[in-house]
Amino acid sequence: MKQTFLYNLHNMKKAILLILLFLNLIGYSQTDSSFIKRIQTDTSNMKLNMDAVYNRPFLQMGKLPVSIGGYIEANSSYFGTDGVTEGLSFQIPRMTIFISSTIKKRIKFLSEIELEEGGKEIAIEFASMDIELHPLFNLRGGVVMNPIGGFNQNHDGPKWEFISRPISSTTIIPSTWSNVGFGIFGKYGRNNLVWAYEFYATNGFDDKIIANDQNRTWLPESKKNKERFEESFNGEPLYTAKTALRHRKIGEIGFSWMGGIYNKFMDDGIELDKKRRIDLFAIDFNTTIPVIKTTINGEWVWASLDIPTTYTQQFGDKLQGGFVDIVQPIIRRKILGWENATINIAARLEYADYNVGTFRENGENISDHIYAVVPGLSFRPSPQTVIRLNYRYHWQTDLLGNPAARTAGIQFGFSTYF
Amino acid sequence: MNKKIMVSITGVFIICIMISCEKLLPPAPKDDEILDGPVEGLSSEEKIQFIAGDIAFNEEVFTAQNGLGPYFVATSCGSCHAGDGKGHPFSTLTRFGQSDSTGNSFMAYGGPQLQNRAIPGYTPEQIPAGATFSKFTPPANTGLGFLEALSDAQILANVDPFDSNGDGISGVANYVNAPAYFQSKPHHIIVAGKYIGRFGKKAAAIDLWHQTVNAYVQDMGVTSEYAPTEPGINGVMSPYGDNAPDPEVQSSTVQNLIFYLRTLKAPIQRNQDDSNVQSGKQIFSNIGCAKCHTPEWTTQQWPISALAYKTFYPYTDLLLHDMGASLDDGYTEGKALTSEWKTPPLWGLGLSKNSQGGTYFLLHDGRAQSIEQAISFHGGEAQTSNNNYQALSAGEKENLIKFLESL
Ligand code: HEC
Ligand code: HEC
Repeated sequence: MKQTFLYNLHNMKKAILLILLFLNLIGYSQTDSSFIKRIQTDTSNMKLNMDAVYNRPFLQMGKLPVSIGGYIEANSSYFGTDGVTEGLSFQIPRMTIFISSTIKKRIKFLSEIELEEGGKEIAIEFASMDIELHPLFNLRGGVVMNPIGGFNQNHDGPKWEFISRPISSTTIIPSTWSNVGFGIFGKYGRNNLVWAYEFYATNGFDDKIIANDQNRTWLPESKKNKERFEESFNGEPLYTAKTALRHRKIGEIGFSWMGGIYNKFMDDGIELDKKRRIDLFAIDFNTTIPVIKTTINGEWVWASLDIPTTYTQQFGDKLQGGFVDIVQPIIRRKILGWENATINIAARLEYADYNVGTFRENGENISDHIYAVVPGLSFRPSPQTVIRLNYRYHWQTDLLGNPAARTAGIQFGFSTYF
Repeated sequence: MNKKIMVSITGVFIICIMISCEKLLPPAPKDDEILDGPVEGLSSEEKIQFIAGDIAFNEEVFTAQNGLGPYFVATSCGSCHAGDGKGHPFSTLTRFGQSDSTGNSFMAYGGPQLQNRAIPGYTPEQIPAGATFSKFTPPANTGLGFLEALSDAQILANVDPFDSNGDGISGVANYVNAPAYFQSKPHHIIVAGKYIGRFGKKAAAIDLWHQTVNAYVQDMGVTSEYAPTEPGINGVMSPYGDNAPDPEVQSSTVQNLIFYLRTLKAPIQRNQDDSNVQSGKQIFSNIGCAKCHTPEWTTQQWPISALAYKTFYPYTDLLLHDMGASLDDGYTEGKALTSEWKTPPLWGLGLSKNSQGGTYFLLHDGRAQSIEQAISFHGGEAQTSNNNYQALSAGEKENLIKFLESL
């Protein structure tokens, strides 16, 4: 199967080969632009967060049914917590390659391969086949990105003015969260409105989310379990459903839910525990204020888990968090030879509470939360490329609500599609 | 890419880093505002071991995979001793036993400690019928190396079992059985095969090694070479184990952790020159608090040179005192009777709230939510000094509290 082949491509050599081949192609495209042409992204303002995987700048080679694309990010950062600095460091947090092909007219295949932290990890973020039956009813199968919130599916670095991914979208929703599974999706559009839905059944979480060295309920822990691409931890599917509505002039709002069983309630046919659920509910929204062109983009998520009361409240059974990004273009014109360049000022406000509730011992509030503000400045020589400067400040409070640990830093870097 | 832009952006960035970064970063809290940090004068080898111990204490989190439980109270040392400070009702643990001092007869029922939490699929321990119990709120962990370095002879110099000086105070030492791995040091005085305990609320642990091994196994269900079996529960001595291979913590980690505890700095007093604080200090000794909360000690010869021949100010005599009926929980430990508690050190008292979630939880079980309340609970041998305190003028009380908060 194609998906498993791609997944098993953890072999560094193969990946490097692929990148070299790809970079060659780009080089080639610059010499013979008639062979390779760039497929522009759809800017009709009718695309939804859930369309992000296909709505990317791809390169198409001649008559070949394959198009290819990708993005890379590179940053430097200087951070310190309560007077202790880690000094200056440089990162290539990720480089991603996507390949899409049209197998038959209405059968498409798309894959997204990510090399994290300079190749330390290679992950298949997406590798699935779409079979179009009717605009309102299509099938998708393979490694899919669970459509929870907006960020998980629309996470490409160059789209964002901020170097760090939103805290709640990476630590409550464990973006990029993808799993093997199947599902359906569809879309209906009329005049200025488009409505869409997605529904998938995939493999999902495991019990490490409440047993990990973060000492808190930590959904990203399940990403370490690569077995989830081969078999479900407990034989119970994780369901994800999303519906979103977009008005061309007003904006988009999405409602999504993801839920399933996270514990191993049965082993070898022997019942061990009752089935314990995890459910996440998210709202995502984005809009552009007319005339002044301010974009507001955000996501809010609530998670709840069934945790045995005889375990420890160190691991929260309710989590919530979210972010709002406000981006204001201040200059939009030809700058130093770039036709469509923009300079933006931006701010992100974000929050994540990993343990909503009160202590059984004395009824007082459980803390374990983090707040951050991130003002930033970005320069986009073209929409596909962003050079960004962020200042980040966050306050992290422990379980008991002791004085917050304060962390701040400067981040500078770029992210670009290639 | 256009050179000018690149150069200017890079320029801005570099200037930022050179000039403003340090200013844009949160400043370090003052040394006297935090408990964490090593004593002065460690060699670089000792600093390396200190850091390793710091990680074991604050960052190593136990899960079912690496040894937590199956029966436990908390998942890491740092969960109970946040920032090396005192704990909270959430991290308060329970010990059970009996009201006479013939030894804990509930050892076969999983005593002395209640593992009130369990990994999923396991049912936590219950207090057995007929047992008495007491709750213990975690104390701070700072400066303990200095207390460990005191010799038994120094501690015994303050013992006065028959109150021969007639001040109503008769401190006694707790004598406990040493565990098999215990290594006796020349400064120990052995009485009928037992050693003087000096750590824990009832002084039931002889040294930091003893305390640490017990913490691993009793508080977290983590086995070590020194305590190789999971704690018993509900009358089952070797209960269902977890799937983590034993020992669940390496001896080297245990040793690093002990070294960390030994070399954690002593809390530094704040506002020492404030005249109110100074007058409060005078009142503290005038009304007899200092008779148990001994202000000053000096160590003698000791293997860790940073701790040898040092004068320090813990405000404890490390002895047990009868604190009267209101602090009597009916639970004994070693030779410590039900109403007897070890004088807790008062250093770091003013910083307690920073690790207790903003409110004080003082005394052995955190029942006192303010310093005044803690003093009001003083009965028994401390009744006289409590009475003296209650008789102070409002201004004097205020100064005394200011002094205690400066510690
Ligand atoms: C469940 C919470 C909890 C955990 C986990 C815990 N402790 Fe404690 N700790 C306590 C309590 C409660 C006491 C008081 C115990 C007593 O009086 O015997 C204490 C006492 C101590 C003391 C003695 C302090 C003194 O002044 O006498 C030391 C040292 C210590 N702990 C170290 C550790 C280390 C090291 C770890 C991890 C291996 C640890 N603790 C884990 C709750 C905890
Ligand atoms: C007879 C000895 C004795 C005298 C005298 C005494 N104390 Fe104490 N003190 C103790 C003991 C023992 C405890 C611990 C009791 C417990 O944990 O239940 C204690 C606890 C405390 C605590 C709480 C510390 C903590 O960490 O929880 C404070 C504060 C305190 N004493 C202050 C004072 C002051 C002020 C005076 C003088 C008015 C005083 N003590 C006199 C023995 C004494």
